[in-house]
Amino acid sequence: MYNGGKILIGIIVFLLFAAFPFYNNIGKVSAKPEPKLDTPVIQQLAEKKCVEPKEFMKAEHMQMLNDWRDAAIREGKRTYVNSEGKLFAISLQNTCMNCHSNKKEFCDKCHTYAAVKPYCWTCHIEPKEKRS
Amino acid sequence: MSMDRRDFLKLAGLSTVGIGAGWVLSRPGDILEASQFLQTKELLHAKQWAMVVDIRKFKTAEDYKKVIDACHRVHNVPDLGNPKDEVKWIWSDSFEHAFPGQESEYMPQEMKHKQFVLLCNHCENPPCVRVCPTKATFKRKDGITMQDLHRCIGCRYCMAACPFGARSFNYRDPRPFVKEPNAEYPTRMIGVVEKCTFCEERLAKGLMPACVESSNGALIFGDITDLNSEVRKVLADNYTIRRKSELGTRPSVYYILDIPGGDRNA
Repeated sequence: MYNGGKILIGIIVFLLFAAFPFYNNIGKVSAKPEPKLDTPVIQQLAEKKCVEPKEFMKAEHMQMLNDWRDAAIREGKRTYVNSEGKLFAISLQNTCMNCHSNKKEFCDKCHTYAAVKPYCWTCHIEPKEKRS
Repeated sequence: MSMDRRDFLKLAGLSTVGIGAGWVLSRPGDILEASQFLQTKELLHAKQWAMVVDIRKFKTAEDYKKVIDACHRVHNVPDLGNPKDEVKWIWSDSFEHAFPGQESEYMPQEMKHKQFVLLCNHCENPPCVRVCPTKATFKRKDGITMQDLHRCIGCRYCMAACPFGARSFNYRDPRPFVKEPNAEYPTRMIGVVEKCTFCEERLAKGLMPACVESSNGALIFGDITDLNSEVRKVLADNYTIRRKSELGTRPSVYYILDIPGGDRNA
């Protein structure tokens, strides 16, 4: 192999460089996101339940919001019947954010952790929060 | 162990079915598939909503302002302060601009200089809906020409197609220009087209459109297919005209004109 030594050194340098993010973060644990639920409205609820079970909301809220959007705007159906038969007004600003009025401590917690940037808030008005 | 081709294929086929069934059964979407959506109890029903503008009842500048402000306040319509970027849902303009081709040199001066309240006509045959490439704008079952701003790509075909100039494009981010945002209604973002929705979000709560509510009876709203509706009664009792009806878009906004000296020969 011509210039074998140089090539090997080159490969090693490249691997060290490319793998930098991995060994740099070994052993460091980034805090698990813990969305907070302590808003005044939620605390006053007799039964602290979202429109559907917690596990379902965690996994499927994005699909559910899309379904809500299409039902409300395209079909003009603005009432949601949940799996227990309870009725909810379909509205991000007036239903979801009425309880979850702490967007920074709730929505943003996981979204920032997962580096996803939903573009809800370019149009929808987020609840007013005390800047901390 | 040996296996002939026949057995191998049988086993492979069964495995595929098994994997597929497992995937279908393990999906968490059960609630979503079973979920139900209903219309609100209060929803006002119609086959074709329509409006009659009784222009005789618009006398002072305050009468126009009241109606326009009521709409723009609840819908977070921005005031960008210059006509090039202007966003409007309901506005006023002269006879010549509202009804081009109908004006004449010798018509009553009062009429010539009168301002007319203009808004989206919610046409029965809307050209904006026909040209929209993403179906962002569409015709609802109650006749409202609605828009799904989540789908709007900002191509502005609808603006070119609308003969009434009822659509506005957001050339700039409208957020900073909404002075007192109504927290119950969204704003729009840069790059989408917006217009009047006949207050469909208020109809869902059993309320009349914001402009109608604040007009003191100068705007009449109702189902034009319902013989007993107020709009039909008003249309039966008064001579009305529509904007550019010759284009065949079948507008749903009617105008009762002031006839100065109309009773002179009566």
